[in-house]
Amino acid sequence: MTLHVDTPAPAPARPGAGRPSGHRGPGRGGGLARFDLRATPYFLVSPYFLLFAVFGVFPLGYTLWVSLHDWELAGDKSFAGLDNYIDLITDGAFWNAVVNTLGMFVISTVPQLVLALVLANALNKRIRGRLFFRLGVLLPLITSVVAVAVVFTQLYGRDYGMINWFLGLFGVDAINWQNEKWSSWIAISTMIDWRWTGYNAIILLAAMQTIPKDLYEAAAIDGATARRQFWQITIPMLRPTIVFTVFISTIGGLTLFTEPVMFDGNPTMAGGTDGQYQTVAMFIVKEAFRDFDFGYAAAAAWLLFALILIGTLINYSFTRRIGGSK
Amino acid sequence: MTAIQTRPPARPEARNRIWDAGPLTKAVLAFALVLSAFPIYYMFIMATRTNEEAIDVPPPMLPGGHLGENIERLLATEDAYFLTGLVNSAVVAVTVTLSVVLISTLAGFAFAKLRFRGSKILLGLILVTMMVPLQQMGVVPLYELMVNLGWTGQLKAVILPFLVNGFGVFMMTQYATQAVPDELVEAARVDGASTMRIYANVILPALRPGMAVLALLVFMQTWNEFMWPLIVLNPDNPVVQTSIAALNQAHGTDYVMLFTGTAASVLPLFVVFVAFGRQIVGGLMEGAVKA
Repeated sequence: MTLHVDTPAPAPARPGAGRPSGHRGPGRGGGLARFDLRATPYFLVSPYFLLFAVFGVFPLGYTLWVSLHDWELAGDKSFAGLDNYIDLITDGAFWNAVVNTLGMFVISTVPQLVLALVLANALNKRIRGRLFFRLGVLLPLITSVVAVAVVFTQLYGRDYGMINWFLGLFGVDAINWQNEKWSSWIAISTMIDWRWTGYNAIILLAAMQTIPKDLYEAAAIDGATARRQFWQITIPMLRPTIVFTVFISTIGGLTLFTEPVMFDGNPTMAGGTDGQYQTVAMFIVKEAFRDFDFGYAAAAAWLLFALILIGTLINYSFTRRIGGSK
Repeated sequence: MTAIQTRPPARPEARNRIWDAGPLTKAVLAFALVLSAFPIYYMFIMATRTNEEAIDVPPPMLPGGHLGENIERLLATEDAYFLTGLVNSAVVAVTVTLSVVLISTLAGFAFAKLRFRGSKILLGLILVTMMVPLQQMGVVPLYELMVNLGWTGQLKAVILPFLVNGFGVFMMTQYATQAVPDELVEAARVDGASTMRIYANVILPALRPGMAVLALLVFMQTWNEFMWPLIVLNPDNPVVQTSIAALNQAHGTDYVMLFTGTAASVLPLFVVFVAFGRQIVGGLMEGAVKA
C-alpha cells in the first residue's frame, strides 16, 4: 500500500461543540479535560483486554486447572495431580501424534520457505505484470483450508486421483496415499505448502524491497555475481523476516488440524486407520469431544504449548545463524 | 553477469542488470502461477461435471454443462444444510469483522498516539499472546463455558471467542503510528477536541485504508474457521466449512457435489479478492516490513 496520507483537515472544533467547558488554548484546562487525557486511553484499550481476559486468559488458566483433574463434562471432577501428565508421557498414541505433527511440520516448512525465497527473489525482478504475478501466488491463500483439503484429497485419490495418473505416466504404481505414514505426510504437507508458499513469498518480497539498492550497486561494481549478491546481501538482510516466517510456520504447523481431519473423510479425529497422520490438535479434540476425557485433553493442550515453546526456541537459535550474522 | 570487471561499467547498466527478469525468472513465475491456479481451476471444472466424467482418465480439463444440476443436488442434500451454512458463515464473518476492526482501531489509536501509564507493557502483552495457540489451548474451557451458558449450537458461541484479535490491535497500532502525524492530534487537542472526538474525526478517516485491509484479512480468516465451529455447533446448524465436512463424510464419493460445495464456499472469498486484491497484497507487504 502506498502510504501517502490523505491528511484530513483536523476537524475544526466549532465553538461550544462537544466541549461544554469551552476552554481554549494550549493549557491543560479544566478537570474534565484532564480526566479525559488520563482515563480515556484505558477506556479505549479496555474492550480488547476485557474480551481477551474472558476468551483468552481465562481458558488458558482454566485449562491448567482442568488438566490436574479427572474431569468429565457433567460428571466426576476429582483432583488427580499430575496423573494426566504422567499418563500422557507414557501414552504411545500421544507420542504418535507428536511425531506425526513434527514430521509434517518439518517436511512442509523446509521446502515451503526455500520455495518462498526463490519465488520472492523472482517476484522482485523487473517484469511486466508484476501485480498480476503477486496476486497469482496469493491466490491459494484465498481459498479456504477445507476447500484445499477436499481438492487435494481428490487429487491424491488412489484409483481416480490425478497425481497417481500422472505418476502412472512414468510407470509408478498407484499409491494409496492415506495408507502409510510417509505418503500421508507428503500429501498433507503439499496441502500446507500450496496454500502458504505464496504468502511467505509476499512477506519476504516486502522485506527485500527495503534493502537499499546501493548495496547491490556497490557489490556489482566490485564484481559480485547475482548469485553471490543473493547470498551475501539479500539473505543476511532478510534475516528478521525469515525469523518471522519461521515463527508463523511453527505455530501453524504444530497446531495442524483441518487438513488431516478432512484428509480422513470421517471427522473421528483418528487420523487414518492406524493414526498415521493424527496430529496433536486432533488428539486433543478426540480426547475431549469423542472420549469426553477433558482432564486428559487439557493436559495434552499444555504439552502442545510446551512443544510450541521448544520448537520456537530451537527455530530461533537456528535462524539466528542464517546468513552468518557473526 | 561477468564475474570480474576490470573497470566500473557504465552506471545505468550496473544498476539495471540484476533487476531484469531473465528467462529463468520468467519460467519460475509462470510455473508458480500454473501451480497456484490449477487446483482452483480443477475445483471449478469438477463442479460443472458429472461423477462419471470426474473419474475419466485422463481427467477432463474443460468445463462441462452440469453446474445447475449439481447446485440443485447440493441444496437438496438435507444432512449438509449447505444454505444454512452459507448464511451462518456470512453472519459470523461480518459480525466478527466489524468487532475486530472497531476494537482494534480504538486500541491502536491509544497505543500509537496517546500517552498512558503501562501502555508499553500492555502492547507487549498482546504481542506475547499472539504466540499462544489459544484455539487449541482453550478449547476445553471454552466449550464448558458455552455449555454452562446454554449457548452450544448457537452462532453466538462461534462468534464470541473471535471478537478480539491481537494481530488486529498490533496492525492498527503500526498503521496509526505511520498514518497519523502527531501534530494532527495535538492540533485537534489544542482546538479543544476530546479524545473520542479526535478518534472519530481525525484517526478514523486516516486509518481507513488500513481498516479495509484488516477487515478483509479478518473476514477471510473467520470464513475459514473450522475447528471451533465443528466442536460447538450442531450438524443441523453449521457454518459453511463444517457443512462441507458433513458433505464429505456422507457423500465422500459424490465428487462433483463436494466440489460444487467447495466452489460455492470459496466464491465469496474470490469476489473479495478480485475486488480488493491489490489492497490485500499491499496490506500484507506493509504489515510484513514492520513485523
